[in-house]
Amino acid sequence: MAATDAAHDEAFELGRRQFMQAAAGTLAAFMTGCDGGIEGFFQKTFRELSPEELKGVVARMEKDYAARWGKETKISTTPPREGVMFGYGLDLSRCLGCRRCVYACAKENNQSRDPQIHWIRVLAQKKAAGVSLEGANPYYDPDLVPQDDVFYMPVACQHCRHPQCTKVCPVGATWQEPDGIVVIDYDKCIGCRCCMAACPYGARRFNWGEPNLPKEEYNPNQHYLGNRPRPRGVVEKCTFCIQRVREGRYPACVEICPVGARKFGNLLDPESEIRQIMERKRVFVLKAELHTEPRFYYFYAT
Amino acid sequence: MQTESPPESGLSAHAGVYPLYVMLPIFALIGLMALSSELTADRKMFKLEEGSQAVVPHSPAEFEDILGGFDPFPPADAKGNYPTPPPPLSEDIFPCTQCHEDPEDDDPERRELEMEHTNIKLNHGDKSRWCLDCHSFENRDMLHLSGGELIPFTESQRLCGQCHGTIYRDWRLGIHGKRTGYWDGKKRYLLCVVCHWPHEPHFKPLKPLPPPVRPQFLRPQDRPAVDETQPAEEH
Repeated sequence: MAATDAAHDEAFELGRRQFMQAAAGTLAAFMTGCDGGIEGFFQKTFRELSPEELKGVVARMEKDYAARWGKETKISTTPPREGVMFGYGLDLSRCLGCRRCVYACAKENNQSRDPQIHWIRVLAQKKAAGVSLEGANPYYDPDLVPQDDVFYMPVACQHCRHPQCTKVCPVGATWQEPDGIVVIDYDKCIGCRCCMAACPYGARRFNWGEPNLPKEEYNPNQHYLGNRPRPRGVVEKCTFCIQRVREGRYPACVEICPVGARKFGNLLDPESEIRQIMERKRVFVLKAELHTEPRFYYFYAT
Repeated sequence: MQTESPPESGLSAHAGVYPLYVMLPIFALIGLMALSSELTADRKMFKLEEGSQAVVPHSPAEFEDILGGFDPFPPADAKGNYPTPPPPLSEDIFPCTQCHEDPEDDDPERRELEMEHTNIKLNHGDKSRWCLDCHSFENRDMLHLSGGELIPFTESQRLCGQCHGTIYRDWRLGIHGKRTGYWDGKKRYLLCVVCHWPHEPHFKPLKPLPPPVRPQFLRPQDRPAVDETQPAEEH
């Protein structure tokens, strides 16, 4: 009995060793296939990283992305500035519904082309009904815009002051920065989509499939929390072009709008155009009854 | 052993547990009938049937001529100021005194022009004004304000601002007009005439870029072969 037990144990011992070796080998192979490799697997989240660690992480990412897309990549980690709180204005009396903002955003922010992701959605609504999101149509495609009886309302992330999405994230992958931008750490996101359920504005998008971004269309000027290429299975959304606004520039949608319907700036600066809009114009927000207090203000200039 | 009878449940205490046995099947039957009628109804439930079929994903690269490189601004000068770009005058038309040397050769009467400048059909307050209400008669290289002051073409916003005062105020504050550049720096200004042709200022409608792909067509294998030129039926 003892002999067979010993033999049995030894056989099992070898089996266990082989099993552990095979498991470790599989795990290693699995992790190297993951985005970022083994270092990516053990990487801490953005808010936990010390400045030196962050530099190392950014350097690794820049190298990885440059290898994948063939362009030298610059990932900035510019922090928010003191005394800056961003606000966005959209002039409903001017928007034509031309969708140039939608495609300029996709071009600037490295969004997947197929499966297609658009952060901005332009809702066409009948003027007679007023602002009525139930009757809104994002798939309008007439020959010419604007049509006479329709007005156009682009909707993207509203960067609310009381964001519901950040409340429900079970892992803390999304939070609001001091300058007002609601950001996502794509390496922390587990893809549960609770935030998408919580957002009243339908602003968040999910990477259902492997994102497809051709090399020619890759934008190498990136921010860690902004437009770096996302992996499959994470949530993304408008970041107010954080890679641009933290350097003092306007977001891409503001710059491309052919009729100047989009306004952006620092709400705390009394001379900024967004502050003047707040003081002088008729301003409203979407779904005010939910008390999310968005930073995205719709107004009528005339 | 004497066991206590179990306490009477509230339900059996009533004389009517039997109505429950009757109502439950009736409600279940009604529910099933409603469900089957909804499932078999050939009805467009969502207004989103309107508009494009939105099957094909379009990429920004297809619209590079629209999205790429509209920047009429020269870079900032040594002091960090952005010079306003010059007015977009037609080629060789300026200076006007090439032809209009002497005002005495011209006719200041209001009329329909037949010899020259026939390509300009004024559609901007044309019932109340004509060319010389903005263009100075004495010096064709200048415009004039209502008080008679002459201003160059590079300051034409003052002329527009006479009638469009609220827009002019909004333009000075940065609320009106296309914004590019830096939100925390000096504003870059475009003259009114860069966007609005003063003789017919109303913007022409333009073709919108394609709508987003509908969620049911996100995967390539789910996309039917459709003729994208035909819109979906209107609801």
